[in-house]
Amino acid sequence: MKPEVASIQVEITMNEDSLEEKAEENKVVKDRAKQTYKEGFSTDIEAFTIPPGLDEDTIRLISSKKDEPQWLLDYRLDAFRKWQSMDTPEWAKLNIPEIDFQAISYYSSPNATNENAPKSLDEVDPKLIETYDKLGVPLHERERLAGVAVDVVFDSVSVGTTFKAELKKVGVIFSSFSEAVQDHPELVQKYLGTVVPAGDNYFAALNAAVFSDGSFVYIPKGVRCPMELSTYFRINAINTGQFERTLIIAEDGAYVSYLEGCTAPMRDENQLHAAVVELVAKDDAKIKYSTVQNWYPGDEDGKGGIYNFVTKRGNCLGKNSKISWTQVETGSAITWKYPSCILRGDNSSGEFYSVALTNNHQQADTGTKMIHLGKNTKSTVISKGISVGKSQNAYRGLVRVAKKADHARNFTQCDSLLIGKACAAHTFPYTESANMTAKLEHEATTSKISEDQLNYCLQRGITEEDAISLIVDGFCKEVFKELPMEFAVEAKALLDISLEGAIG
Amino acid sequence: MLKIDHVFANAGEKEILKGLSLEVKPGEVHAIMGPNGAGKSTLGNLLAGMPYVEPQGGSVEYMGQDLLSLEPEERAAVGVFLAFQYPVEIPGVNNMYFLRTALNAQRKYRGEEPMDSAQFLRMVKQKIKDMNMRDDLLKRPVNVGFSGGEKKRNEVFQMGVLEPKLAILDETDSGLDIDALKIVADGVNQLRSPDRSFIIITHYQRLLDYIEPDFVHVLADGKIVKSGDKNLALELEEQGYGWLNN
Ligand SMILES: Nc1ncnc2c1ncn2[C@@H]1O[C@H](COP(=O)(O)OP(=O)(O)O)[C@@H](O)[C@H]1O
Ligand SMILES: [Mg+2]
Repeated sequence: MKPEVASIQVEITMNEDSLEEKAEENKVVKDRAKQTYKEGFSTDIEAFTIPPGLDEDTIRLISSKKDEPQWLLDYRLDAFRKWQSMDTPEWAKLNIPEIDFQAISYYSSPNATNENAPKSLDEVDPKLIETYDKLGVPLHERERLAGVAVDVVFDSVSVGTTFKAELKKVGVIFSSFSEAVQDHPELVQKYLGTVVPAGDNYFAALNAAVFSDGSFVYIPKGVRCPMELSTYFRINAINTGQFERTLIIAEDGAYVSYLEGCTAPMRDENQLHAAVVELVAKDDAKIKYSTVQNWYPGDEDGKGGIYNFVTKRGNCLGKNSKISWTQVETGSAITWKYPSCILRGDNSSGEFYSVALTNNHQQADTGTKMIHLGKNTKSTVISKGISVGKSQNAYRGLVRVAKKADHARNFTQCDSLLIGKACAAHTFPYTESANMTAKLEHEATTSKISEDQLNYCLQRGITEEDAISLIVDGFCKEVFKELPMEFAVEAKALLDISLEGAIG
Repeated sequence: MLKIDHVFANAGEKEILKGLSLEVKPGEVHAIMGPNGAGKSTLGNLLAGMPYVEPQGGSVEYMGQDLLSLEPEERAAVGVFLAFQYPVEIPGVNNMYFLRTALNAQRKYRGEEPMDSAQFLRMVKQKIKDMNMRDDLLKRPVNVGFSGGEKKRNEVFQMGVLEPKLAILDETDSGLDIDALKIVADGVNQLRSPDRSFIIITHYQRLLDYIEPDFVHVLADGKIVKSGDKNLALELEEQGYGWLNN
């Protein structure tokens, strides 16, 4: 038996190494990008954009453009009325400039003649395909990322979903949200707003009123989705907001791993992104949701950048279900985001793994909520915050144990790393337990990259820039290892780019 | 190889090295002994270019170059290695990846091709065997959770992989039991060669039972106050440093 184990160990080492090696290759990308945001180009493309402004007519217009059923229009209008009666949340450790919601356009489609998503990739404007090639998300299936099905949302509209046919064979539905509304209205109606109600919070209400597109995933009973599913979001049009909506349903015993990536052009104006993601996991189902968020963060002086207000929540509805959130957040001027789990089914578990890096004037207030309702429910929270420059980075987490949630367990570990003197890290852990049998553990550390660590690396011949990147990668290891390989490599390269200019 | 000529240096605000001179020829092993606080570590840190030591005067020539004008990472690339008295922990970074990054950074500086992961893996596996160290050293994060002895052994292992021209060992023997001491000494002896030199800073003569030095120097109050052969170490062991003051 022993030799076998040994050979496995070597393999593990080689695997770890090939990840680092790929990251090295990615340095080419990094060098090309230098101090700039490599996704910062914009695409000059004919677009249909409705004029800025928001009232009930705007919502009716969006809904009719999308040829939606009446119940969905009613849902939107109800959400809009709720939103109008709400105030912007002010509890976060964020300095949010006043947003003029009337100055934003709520719908922009890159193709004026065809409002709903093209049915096949051949219908997609070649300029769009070129854009995604530049971003490293080739739309053509033959050039695809091996084994990853991609749905791409450009401004408000989904422009193409790859691998549809293959997925269909096993009964998996993976399409744009608009298509799902047309093709599977009963499923959408059954689950929409069940995890994040229309009036949940200010930004979720806004999204429910004006959401334009997003992705829809349905994994039938007992099916293990044969490939990673991935959505790629891009904001292109000027002065538009992006309000996408994602809904993932995993029936009994189903499994899916879903990846989400995002970029935007560099613009001096701030752009608004307010998304809602809802996950539903039934008995024994598992959903793994990974995000690499690289929205444009603004320039060094804090000009421009995306305001990222996102509500992500998973409902572990069934027993033994599991929802795992992994996020690497390096972009956006402001990030307000708390991917959460409602642990309703007995023995269900929730996980949250997060790396949030802020540089220059970026602000992030991010964390999670783990709501334990079922018995023997378990949650794990690993948060790594890295602050550079003049940035502000806050972790905010809530663990709540309901009265009936016997033997609930939570482990929270929250580490902050400071690079430089002008940045700050904050942690706000909240716990509420109504059950004596709950076991809640919390660990928190704040550290700086020490001179000693840097000197040690220098003495071995490693340059200061590489040393910082090495130390930061090490700090994030526990989170990176949760990401699918391709994404881990990208995440590492992104961190390196975001760290540039961190020295001195 | 190395010519230190009347060097003065500060650590913090304090003047620590006060006109120190020392010459090391290729292949030689020099032991440096001396009381606590004499400036032994400061000397090692000065040669390695650690920023908390500031040269104030004098010169250091290393293989025909002005060593003090090089950046610390450049000194590493031209073959200066310092085994730290207190090795640093780097969480999450495995030792093997750390070493490969270091080796390839040095190779790049020297205009050599990088070593790919398969080549590197083969090389380190051989080294770890040759040096009688444990395999798990490779996969563990750099020095994290290592015992004092393991940290010191890791320094010697890193030295073995990086194959420096001038290796400075700062109290690498402190806190080692006899078996660990032998492993460390053995590692050094394997690396001894006609074109590689060592400066071994130590408190105890027992290390010198295993690594035979060509010269022994006493560093006190920022200067070399006495030099001799290995017998000097024995005298110091017997009589302490007190008699040097007279
Ligand atoms: N970074 C530093 N800042 C201030 N003083 C220092 C620093 N490093 C060393 N010293 C002082 O320099 C003197 C010599 O230290 P060191 O070279 O470590 O001695 P040794 O290694 O011979 O015991 C000591 O008095 C020590 O306190
Ligand atoms: Mg010392």
